[in-house]
Formats: sequence, C-alpha cells, structure tokens
Amino acid sequence: MMPLFDFPGGIHPPENKAQSSATPIRQAPLPPQLHVALRQSMGNAARPCVAIGDRVAKGQLIASADGRLSAAVHAPTSGVVSAIAPQPFAHPSGLPELAITLDSDGEERWIERQPLHDWQQRSGAKIRDFLAQMGIVGLGGAVFPSHLKLGLKLGVSPLETLVINGAECEPYISCDDRLMRERADAICDGIAVTRHALQARQVLIGIEDNKPQAIAAMQAAAAAHGFGVVAVPTKYPSGGAKQLIRILTGKAIPHGVRATEHGVQCFNVATVYAIGRAVLHGEPLISRIVTLTGAVEAAANVEALIGTPLDQLLALVRPHRDSHEVVMGGPLMGFTLPDLAAGLTKAGNCLLVKSPALFPPRPPAQACIRCGDCASACPVSLQPMDLFWFAKAKNFDKAQQWQLFDCIECGACSYVCPSQIPLVDYYRFAKSEIWAAERDKNAANLARQRHEFRQFRLQRDKAEKAQRLADKAAQAAARQAASHSAAANVAPASDPKQAAIAAAMARAAAQREAAPLPEQHSSGLNDAKQAAIAAAMARAAARKAAADEAKAASGQPPAPPPSSSGLDDAKQAAIAAAMARAAARKAAADQARANQQPDP
Amino acid sequence: MTAIHSTHIAKPATVSTVMLKVLAALLPGIALSVYCHGVGVLLQLLLASLTALAAEAAMLRLRGVAVLPALKDLSAIVTAWLLALSLPPLGGWWMIVVATLFAIIVAKQLYGGLGNNPFNPAMAGFALMVVSFPAQMAQWGSPQLPLDAAAQWQWIFLHTLPAGSVPDAISSATPLDVLKTGLRQGQALAGLLPQSSAQGLIALGWLAGGLWLWQQKLIPWQTPLAMLAGLLALALPLWLWQPAQYASPLLHLLQGGTLLAAAFIVTDPVSGASTPRGRLIFGFGVGLLTYVIRVFGNFPDGIAFAVLLMNMTVPLLDQYTRPAVFGHRKGRS
Amino acid sequence: MSQLLIAVALMLLLALLLGAILGYASVRFRVKADPLVDKIDAILPQTQCGQCSHPGCRPYAEALAAGSDDINKCPPGGEDGIRKLAELLGVEFKPFGADAPQPKAKAVALIDEATCIGCTLCIQACPVDAILGAAKQMHTVIASECTGCELCLAPCPVDCIRMIPPGSELTNWKWRYPTIPIRNVSSGATR
Repeated sequence: MMPLFDFPGGIHPPENKAQSSATPIRQAPLPPQLHVALRQSMGNAARPCVAIGDRVAKGQLIASADGRLSAAVHAPTSGVVSAIAPQPFAHPSGLPELAITLDSDGEERWIERQPLHDWQQRSGAKIRDFLAQMGIVGLGGAVFPSHLKLGLKLGVSPLETLVINGAECEPYISCDDRLMRERADAICDGIAVTRHALQARQVLIGIEDNKPQAIAAMQAAAAAHGFGVVAVPTKYPSGGAKQLIRILTGKAIPHGVRATEHGVQCFNVATVYAIGRAVLHGEPLISRIVTLTGAVEAAANVEALIGTPLDQLLALVRPHRDSHEVVMGGPLMGFTLPDLAAGLTKAGNCLLVKSPALFPPRPPAQACIRCGDCASACPVSLQPMDLFWFAKAKNFDKAQQWQLFDCIECGACSYVCPSQIPLVDYYRFAKSEIWAAERDKNAANLARQRHEFRQFRLQRDKAEKAQRLADKAAQAAARQAASHSAAANVAPASDPKQAAIAAAMARAAAQREAAPLPEQHSSGLNDAKQAAIAAAMARAAARKAAADEAKAASGQPPAPPPSSSGLDDAKQAAIAAAMARAAARKAAADQARANQQPDP
Repeated sequence: MTAIHSTHIAKPATVSTVMLKVLAALLPGIALSVYCHGVGVLLQLLLASLTALAAEAAMLRLRGVAVLPALKDLSAIVTAWLLALSLPPLGGWWMIVVATLFAIIVAKQLYGGLGNNPFNPAMAGFALMVVSFPAQMAQWGSPQLPLDAAAQWQWIFLHTLPAGSVPDAISSATPLDVLKTGLRQGQALAGLLPQSSAQGLIALGWLAGGLWLWQQKLIPWQTPLAMLAGLLALALPLWLWQPAQYASPLLHLLQGGTLLAAAFIVTDPVSGASTPRGRLIFGFGVGLLTYVIRVFGNFPDGIAFAVLLMNMTVPLLDQYTRPAVFGHRKGRS
Repeated sequence: MSQLLIAVALMLLLALLLGAILGYASVRFRVKADPLVDKIDAILPQTQCGQCSHPGCRPYAEALAAGSDDINKCPPGGEDGIRKLAELLGVEFKPFGADAPQPKAKAVALIDEATCIGCTLCIQACPVDAILGAAKQMHTVIASECTGCELCLAPCPVDCIRMIPPGSELTNWKWRYPTIPIRNVSSGATR
C-alpha cells in the first residue's frame, strides 16, 4: 500500500450518487437537430469551415481551432448544416454563442476514420498534433485542450507520474464511475497512449473509495498495463487536479504553476477514454457521457452526442413536475442553465434537476460571524472570510494580496457557511472585476502608446518635410548660381567657395520659408498660406454653425476644436479646411432638420 | 431580490442553530449556578434576555435593518446570558440592565451589529460595570444562601430583605477578591483560602459545556487551551517559587469565571482571532493578561480587560498569522 | 535664568539639527521626474478625446498636476475616475458640470464601408491611429484599438461613422455582485 497524502480542508457532503450510478450507460436517441456550439474549450471559439447547406458526415471537421487554446469541432452525426448562427449556450451568462445547427439525416454515416495505428512508434509531438485535430478537451469540466497538456519538453525532464483522475468527488455525478465500471479496458488503452506520449514513468489512477466497483474494474484492467489503481479517501474536492496530485504524490502545486514543472500531469478518466477512441479508432470527440439526475423519475447516465439539445436529454429521465431549474455540473461547482434549448457541450458532465423539495432554497444570508468554518473547509488554505470582506467592499487589491486567484471556486466554503453567504459568488464577482480592470488598463496603455507614437510620427513627418523642402531649395539655388556664373563666364569651376556660399544662402532662405510662419508675417501669398487662411475662415464658419446648431438642438455637443497640430503645410491646411467645411455642412443640415421639426 | 447562489447545496447550519447550541452548552453551568447561588440567577438571565432583545430590536430599527431576521440569530441572547452569568447573582436589577444595554447598544450595534463588533460585547458590558460600580460588582452572595426564591427576587428588585435575614451573607466578596484584599493587608495566604468549592463546581459545568461545543466543532481547541496555558504559564512558576504569596494554579483555573471565559468568551468568533496560529496567540495573551491583572492589577478579576485588550490585537493577528496557501511557501504573501 | 537660557539654546540646537536633517533628506532623496503627472496620467482613461479641452490625456494630466484645471473634466473616466483623481490629489470630489459633457457608455467607432469615400480625414483625426485605409480606399476601424473618443465623427464629410456600444460577449462578461436578499418576514407571511 503506497502512502497517501492529504490536502487541507475539504468537506463531506451527502453523496447522492446511487440514484444515477445503479443502471448502465444508455445511448441517447439521435436528436433530429443538434446545436454544436463553436466555443467548446477554453480560449477562442472555433472557426466554422462548412457552409450552410453543406452535407457533412459523422466525425467530419466542421470548425477548426482558432489559436492555441481553442479546439476543433466535429460533426456529431451525419446531416445537413442548416444554420450557423448564435444559439442559446450552456453558460451562466445566458449569452448566445455562435453554433452550427445540424439537421441529422438519421444515417449516422461516418467519414473515413483514420486511427493512428502505429502510435507506439510515433513521437509525443505527433500524437499531440493528432489529438489537436480530434478536438479532444478535458472532460472533467475545465475543457482545457488535451494536446496542450501533452506539450511538455520531452527528454529534458521525462514525466515522473501520470495521474489519472477518477475521483469524481462532486455529489450526484456518476458518469466517470459508470465509465470506469463498463469501459475500464478502453480507458486503460487511452492511458497507455497518453503515457506513451508523455513518456511517463508511472501511472496512478486515483478513485475515491466510495466507488468500489469502479476500483475493482479498473484494477482488473490496469493489471496488464502495470498502472497503479489507488483508492483515495472520499472527501470533496479530492477530484480537483491539484488536490488529487497532492493525495497521490504529495506534491502541492501552487496556483499559476504547471503540474509538469513538478513532473506530474493529470488527466480525467473520460478524457483518456476519448484519447483512446481518437488514437485507436479514429473517432473525434463527438459524444460524452452525461449524468442526468436530481429531481427526476429515473436518474441515469447517457452517452449523448455533443450538440444534443439539453431539454431533449432531460426528457429521457422525466423531471419531476415541481422541478424549477437545471444545473450543469454538480451541486457545488455547477451553474444554473439559463436556457435548456442549448446544445450539450463537451464540458457537460452532469445535468442536475433542481426542485424545491430536493434543493430547498437557502435561507437569506446573515452577517459573517468569522466562525472560520470556511477557512477550515478551504482546500487551498485561504481565509475565505477575509476574501469575502474584501470582495464585498470591492477592495480588490487587498483580495489579490490575500491570494484570491488561488481560489479554485470549489464551493466548500459556501457549503459550510452557517451565515449562508454566497461566498463563491463574491469571489467570482471580484475575479471578473479584476480581469475587467486589467483589460481596461491594458487598453489604456495601448492607447497611450499609440497616441505617443502618433505624436512622434507627426513630428517626424514635419521634420522630414522641412528637410525635403530645404534640400530642393538648395538644389535650385545651386543650379541658379551655376547658370549665373556660366553666363558671366567668370572662372566657372575655379570658384567653388562662392558657389558654396550661394548654396548656403539658398538653404537658409529655404529653411526660412519652410519654418512655421506666424500668420501675419510673410508677404508672399504662397499656396500654403492661402490654404491656411481659407481653413481659418472655414473654421470660423464652422464654429459659428456649430454654435447655432448647439442652440438649435441643445444636447448635441459642439464640434470639437480643430486639431492643434500646426497648420504649417498645405496639406494639413487643406484637410482642416475640408473638415471645417464638412462640419459646417453638417451643422447646416442638422439645423435644417431641426427647423423642419414642428415645434412641440 | 433574488439570491445568487452558485453553490446549490449547503450544510443545514445557520447562525441561529450555532447560537442555540451555545445557549444549550451553557445549561449545565447554569444549573449548577442555580444550585449554588439560588434562583436569583434565573431572574438575572431573564432580565438580561429581555433587555438585550428590546435593545437589539430598537437599535436594528434605528439602523434601518430588518429586525426579525437579525433578532432571530439569537446572538443577543448569548451576549445577555454571558453577562448575566458574569455579574453577581444577587446584584440589583439595574446592574444587569445597564450592563446589557451597554453591551448591545454600544459594543455591538453601534459598531454595525453582529459580525462587525471589534470587542466582545459581554466583556465590554462587564468592564463598564467593574469600572463604574466596583463596590456593587464585588458583592457575590455567599453560596447556599439561606434565602428562598421570593427573598432573592425581593432583594434583586427592591434591595430589601424579609425580616430576620442576614445581610452579611449577601455582600460577601468573591474568593479572588478576598484573596487580593487579604494579601494586600499582609495576611497569610493559607488563612484566606476560599471556604467553599461552589465556584469550582460551577466551573465544571462550564467545562462540560465547552467540551460539548468542541465536540460539535463549534469552538476550536486552540483558543481555550491557549488561554489556560497562558494563565498557568505565570501561575505555576510563581506558585512554585513562593507558594505563600501566590495562589495555586488550581485556584486560578477554577475561580472567577476562568473556565466560563475559556469555553464561551474567548471563543467568540466575531471578536477573536480566526486563524489557527492567531487563536493560539490570542488565547495565550488573554491567559497571561488575566493573571497579570488578577494578581498585580487593581481589579479582582482581569478576564474582561484581558479579552478586550486582546480583541484590539485581532486584526493584526489575523493578518500576520495567515496560513500558507496551498503550494506556496510560508511567509510569501 | 541660566536654566531658561539652556532650555532655549537646546531647543534652538534641536531645531537647527532637525532642519539640517530635513534639508539634507529633501536634497538627497529627491525624486527626479515629477511622478505626479505620471500618476495622474495612469488614472486617465487615455481616450485622447480632448473633451477636457486639452489636446490629449497627458496635457490634461500636466494641467491637473499644475493645479490649473479641475478634476471633473474627463467624462470617459466617469465619476470613478474623478474619485480616484480626488484621492490622489487630495481634493474634494467634484461632480461633472451640469452643462459639461457627461459620461456615457463606452462605444467604438464603426465605418459604414459602403458610404466611405476614402477621404482619409478620419485617419488624420484619430488620436491613436486606429483607422486603417488610404486615399480613395475604403477605411476601417480597428475596433480593439479604438478608444471611443468620437474625434473621427466630425471630420467625416459623408457621415459614415457611427458609435457602436460593444456587445456583451463571453470574453467580457462579468459575474454580478451577489445580492443578499433580506426578506421581510411579515410580508412573506401575507403573500
């Protein structure tokens, strides 16, 4: 028996897994229409690569990854693309997301599947690229693209331990439990591929000890491969990646540090199963196992296609009549679905139907009495009551000092809070405010940089223009001097000194001309000057018109004063004139419009 | 308004149930107290509860907070009971009323109500009384007073006694008081040792309640143990050094509400430290200060002042004793 | 008498000593640049919109540092910005003037590309070079770099630029402040 480690805090909520884990996984019927959202992973949404009306085969790529954190999306069944439009999306915001709507033809016609048969000869990089094409993401809930987790520098530090996460610690959920009981061999095949890709020295499969059948099944399957199956004590959130790594290896990996830096990597059992299906059978990730439980007649686990409308899935288990909302995910970390018309996403491990009888509404929040229960429940040793205080007071700097971002939002603190304070919601609020402030700050910095560069550019252009004019004038002067001396026929080439003086004088004259002139100075009315005057006149007109307009239609801000960048060259003057003319025109038009309107 | 709660299940615990359990844990001690001091204790509890509820309701209303939900958290009753059990059992009715009013209005509600008070309200009320009415606060009825219920109540309300009673018994001082006065006057310690074991008996009641609360995970072990350790850290060496001058550690443990404080007062979560190490320091500090004030200070018992002094250190304690966050090394913030 | 003199002399000596220390410190630990301008500039939203009647955010920051302008001249910064400026400069919060420009929701410019005649006027008006295009070619706004200053609206001769409030997306969606319901029990009972 290997020594196990413990992580701080943790809670023991009622498990409620038996309702759904008793029966085998069922296949959900093929829905007539699927809404495959393009945002199926962290990072950017995938970019569709099919058009409306296209006939696609099951497993065909319909949207390709857009950037590093994005994941490819495939057709879950064969059919016709009937729409590419925003659809309801399984996200707490309730904001619609771009989705590909697929009308299934019922044929389930596969594209030609191309498994990576010789994966044992392939490098980790090759397998990584293959998985990226297959759209494999973490199925434990975070939907982090799996190929990125295989991307460690091999050879530099061969991975010590590959942790397979079968803990499934959240109440009600049993999809991984059923998967391990029924498809342990396929899971182990997937683990073998993953282990090969990572060159991991050992494999530890962690399963909470409340799933003895899954442990037995996995032990039987893993024996041939030499993987270790470890029963870990049931304690929420032992299924958190970093918590499970801690339990199995004793390594505590802080926030912001990748597990591979400590020689460990962690995959969910469902994810390695999907990796196995992809590499050995050429099947991209187009379906997943979902636990349908809570206030329903017959809780069950079903294998459903990605994109299956959630209400159709729920109909399979007949929700109670008094059910009032549905949660995606478990009761501690899941979110209330704003719209059940949304299609199943790769993140959807559980649909939990809530009814007032089964999930009585929490009593109103009371004052925090600093009892410290949250601190002793926190799996990352934070001080949730302090974080709550800072988040409530919008004191975000302080919240960050108290390491708000180490919070994994597991909900243990909210669960134990006797004051019924929605702690996690406060942390989420604080986190998104901090992110928003960060975005604003970055935008402001970018704007500042660009503005400063623009100032510099204008200055430089001005200087260059002056230089050009000076050079031209100097050349002209030199030519004149040359012709003059030739005409006079006085030692044309023998007096370079005189020529140089003439050139210098000409340059000086040119510089004078090119230098910014005060308005009532020069007598020579060249083009630039004329334009400037015209501009000034137009400006005045515009100002007057704008003032009139402001009077006519109050509330409209007056036209901004023209740019102060100096009207020293013809072009800018012309532009200013045009701008002013346009403003005047606009003002006149506005006034005309204002006049047309009958007086109230 | 709807509550946004992303955690869909919760432990069936509320502040009210927590407070209710604290009240229940006080019952053994109360029973023993009634046995030793008579039913006057019950009258004090009743007076304190009524005053506390009325004051709390009035203050909540003035502050514009919904009255009933806040009243139902029972925290005012806990404060009231702790005060009633700390004041002399046969003190005049106005004493408990004044103390409770101060505790609820000034020490609790003026700071923003439950959860926002930096000082332990009961101890603030107690401190006010000790400072303002030292003579009255020193009059503890001698145990097993030959007074029936009616006489006790008459004494509390009217400060008169039925004919034939002995007023001396009522105005007898606490053992700690006797000790202090005696030592000041140069008497030998041996002759001063308390005559009865009533206080010790009641202390066992508090101990039982505290153990039950700990078993229910409502109080941590750190604060009470650290407080007792702090007390013993001074009491034991000094007693060993000069047993004739310094009272035995046992006396310090059993007398003057030490165990009531250890189980119910230093464990007040609102005004106490909330990190494990902070609780140790907080409790130890209370213990040390209690001994210092008891033995070298002017007041017969120092728990209230010790608690209030340590309450002031709590924000700093909490800040500097935060445990290392998962995976981070200690000391990094 | 001598005691009095000694006391006075001591105080004088002490004052001289402390003054010398302070004077030395002010020279020795002087901060070179005026960081106040930078600090103010960091608070300003960098829209470069000129609504404060200064040509850009930094000139306004300089004016604020010099004390020659009020802190309530920056509508894009909102009241939050005024509050931060007030705190930094140690002055009273001052609301926006009633007839001055009021803060409004942030928006980005969008050029109607069918109407655009390619005059380049907006390109030259843009303080952050967020408009792309060339003479006689259609222009377009780089939305991610647009500060929403609206300086391009006025110059456009064909009025083809509109301000579009950025839509709520998952990338900028925020969790709400969790409201704590305080239910009135008596009204709950009557319902």
